[in-house]
Amino acid sequence: MSGLFGPMMVIFWKDVLLELRSRDLVVSVVVFGLLVVVVFNFALNNTPGRSEELAPGILWAAFAFAAVLSMNRAFVRDQEQGGLEGLLISPVSRDAIFLGKALTSLIFMLLVEAALLPIYAVMLDFSALSWYLMLTIFLGTLGFAVVGTLFSAMAVQTRSREIMLPVLFFPVLLPVIIAAVEATTRAVGGETFIGLGRWLPLIGVFDALFLVVCPWIFSFVVEE
Amino acid sequence: MANTQSMERSDSLGGFPSIKTILALITGVMMLVDLYFIFMVAPTDSVLGHVQRVFYFHVPIAIVSFLAFFVVFIASLGYLMKRTSKWDAIAHASAEIGVVFVTLALLTGIIWARPVWNTWWTWEPRLTTTMILWLIYVAYLMVRSYAPTRSKGAIYAAVVGIIGFIDVPIVYYSVVWWRSIHPSPVVGPFAQADALDGTMALVLLFSLITFLFFFAYMVAERMELRNTEEALGRIRFTLRRRGR
Amino acid sequence: MTNAASEAVLVRSLEKSFGEWPVLWNLDLSVPWGQTLVLFGANGAGKTTLLRILATHVRADHGSAAVAGHNLRTRPEEARRRIGVVGHRSLLYDDLTCRENLIYYGRLFGLKNHNPRVDEVLEMVKLGDRADHRVRTLSNGMQKRAAIARAILHQPDVLLLDEPEAGLDRESVSILGAILAEFTDSGRSVVMTTHDLDLGLSWGGQTGVLRGGKVNSLGASPENGNQMGDTDIRQAVADALEAGR
Repeated sequence: MSGLFGPMMVIFWKDVLLELRSRDLVVSVVVFGLLVVVVFNFALNNTPGRSEELAPGILWAAFAFAAVLSMNRAFVRDQEQGGLEGLLISPVSRDAIFLGKALTSLIFMLLVEAALLPIYAVMLDFSALSWYLMLTIFLGTLGFAVVGTLFSAMAVQTRSREIMLPVLFFPVLLPVIIAAVEATTRAVGGETFIGLGRWLPLIGVFDALFLVVCPWIFSFVVEE
Repeated sequence: MANTQSMERSDSLGGFPSIKTILALITGVMMLVDLYFIFMVAPTDSVLGHVQRVFYFHVPIAIVSFLAFFVVFIASLGYLMKRTSKWDAIAHASAEIGVVFVTLALLTGIIWARPVWNTWWTWEPRLTTTMILWLIYVAYLMVRSYAPTRSKGAIYAAVVGIIGFIDVPIVYYSVVWWRSIHPSPVVGPFAQADALDGTMALVLLFSLITFLFFFAYMVAERMELRNTEEALGRIRFTLRRRGR
Repeated sequence: MTNAASEAVLVRSLEKSFGEWPVLWNLDLSVPWGQTLVLFGANGAGKTTLLRILATHVRADHGSAAVAGHNLRTRPEEARRRIGVVGHRSLLYDDLTCRENLIYYGRLFGLKNHNPRVDEVLEMVKLGDRADHRVRTLSNGMQKRAAIARAILHQPDVLLLDEPEAGLDRESVSILGAILAEFTDSGRSVVMTTHDLDLGLSWGGQTGVLRGGKVNSLGASPENGNQMGDTDIRQAVADALEAGR
């Protein structure tokens, strides 16, 4: 089975099966996401009048923290059970391993976000029925998954893994967060693509750039 | 033993001073001249007064801190490709000195901001990007020291050096665009800073070159320290092979 | 068995260090087809490192290594297809069943029609009745057997085993012995590291000791010329282990 797509899907389906069995990733991250919104709501003193202004920021802060949490746990589990080592002695290319893990992170995060979005829409009083919002969430999460997977692979091997991933993740993903919040503000306000300005293209460029760089660099991270 | 002799000799090539010594001398002289220029030659700013002179420190230090990260980027690429200790040494030394520079850049930035804008911090593009650069430097050094082994630390650090460097321009533009939508009430003096008169521009340029030499000298010092550590490591290595 | 390579494993001047710690240097090794090589060595001598290099999990600093005719530096992916590895960890997922784990690895290794083969190897390691139990519920010995099943699933030409006796009950030991015998009988090769003198010698083939970063070959091999007796080999190994790495 050569090529990238096949092995990538094999890895993805294995992770899906594992998650269905242990059920420990998606549900707990959803709960975490809810907690973050509650905390931010009170910390920022969110009142009905200010909700329109604050909601996108709270949303993406919650998504970003949830992303870091879920990716950390996914890699820890793999490391403990030797899953990565098993992949490394198989004839699957390192690129395919990276893409498989990134796809898993992406889909799991999108599931978490899909579960959280309706709840946020109610709690923060905004309309989530916008294709542009969906697109923004997808592109932003893709950026989280691509760079996050690379950094998780490193962080999980370091001494202080819980703190290492956020320290690596947040500075690098700041542009995506800024752009996502801006685009979300407009999308929720009913804007169309032109109205979203340069924000979505910014995230798109970020995603494209790191989709090329990260798989290549990943092979250095996993070799010994 | 041949090894120790060559270690002694590494500091001088038959009577000629080493690169490090040359850099130290140049830096020392230029620094003195620079201080003179900054405090005696550069005209006092009509609006801001003497405080404005921080500008001649802040801007060169900030520029050097970004340039240092470029060196880290190139050396990181070199290390991933070639895996020789030399590349890693350059990256590591530049990062360690660079983080000092970026910290100073932030501090001088704050010192300048307060009297000029009456605020300690402003989320304007250059300052924010410098803050992010600081965070990336810190992540670089953290991942190096928290890695399970030294060689993995070198690889992980190189990864951060590369990803981080690619990211910095994106951070800058995202904040610029964000700023254009959420303008700050702080305008005026900052805009004026970009309109430099002749003498000011010359002093700034001289200051920049001075700090570049300073950076190069510090990196040379740091690398020499590392060379000594490595020579020691090589001796241990050989002894271990001979069966302790 | 369609390999044009003359040796199953061919290593020349291999070197590997971890930072300031040299582990392997000037290491030469050759294992012909149809042979088992049993490597003894003190703790920390580098047995696991050597095996991990042969498994392409770790890259050597200098020297060359080829397994099943594929150079590990230039064609690691082809080499991986032809190598089976049993290490200290089973590399199986606790929450999946044996069958699910094997199907996963079968797909990774690109096996067409993996189901019959999965059943076949489960039978070989006598785990047929536990096929649909989660790996977490198996005893240590059974988990090791499942790992062996994983290793031979894609019908590799070379089998690498790192201290396989660890955690094996007696039944599993005889199962493993049968698999190894069948392996070498069909012209394929095995490289094994072990602590257990009796067990290692009982599996026959070449013996060697990893010491001082290199492999000293003992035991009956045509290259060596001398036919050391069983007790002489035991003595040599015991001496080497006592002398340290």
